[in-house]
Amino acid sequence: MILLLTLAGGLGAAARFVLDGAVRTRWPSRFPWGILLVNVLGSLVLGFLTGLVLNGADPQWRLVLGVGFCGGFTTFSTAMTDTVRLARDGSVRLGLLNLLGTLGATVTAAAFGLGLAVLL
Amino acid sequence: MRAPHRDPRLVLLVGAGGAAGTLLRWAVSEVVPAADGFPLATLAVNVVGSFVLGLLLERLSRRGPETPAALRWRLGVGTGFCGGLTTWSSFAVEVDRLTSTGSVGTAAGYVLVSLAAGLLAVVAGIALAARRAR
Repeated sequence: MILLLTLAGGLGAAARFVLDGAVRTRWPSRFPWGILLVNVLGSLVLGFLTGLVLNGADPQWRLVLGVGFCGGFTTFSTAMTDTVRLARDGSVRLGLLNLLGTLGATVTAAAFGLGLAVLL
Repeated sequence: MRAPHRDPRLVLLVGAGGAAGTLLRWAVSEVVPAADGFPLATLAVNVVGSFVLGLLLERLSRRGPETPAALRWRLGVGTGFCGGLTTWSSFAVEVDRLTSTGSVGTAAGYVLVSLAAGLLAVVAGIALAARRAR
């Protein structure tokens, strides 16, 4: 199970790299839209998996897909360094928007995922 | 040169770093218990990962234009390892769970401490890289 979790984490990180790169290439911007998208998607899925386990599903699914894949996919460190980089480049407003926007959007997405799993 | 995210070797490198970071994050969650419902394990990996990423990116950028070796460090250790070690999805779900189980104060404290400590860790990493560069 630990091996699967580790592999899923590697897959998640690779998926983040590819998706973020694709977003950057297609829509170049100073604002880190790619990482925001990654963090919202990963929070939605982890919320959903957590809801399924609260409803009695096998917790091992959450361990591999949630702790492994979603954990490797989403990132806290990049969101923090992006916020500091924006503030340093003179865009304190964009930095704050990234920080609070990510917080609001991901907590909402996770709650939506949790609620959806409970409804099913 | 093709974009890094389209180079299979670099994608594999990010994946390897991410796998190592994920394994370490899981190990920390196994040994660090939640203190009165406060998710200490996630806080710890997020703050440490933010410090390491801030330090790494600043050191690399102070060396001038990015060399192929510097690119591999940034992607393997930064995007892969630090990205896999830290997590935003667990953070978001923990905030939701604390809020919905009535621990609104703990949730608010967790958000404030995570964001403040995360930002401070990045700044500390940058400062350390600047000191070492002198």
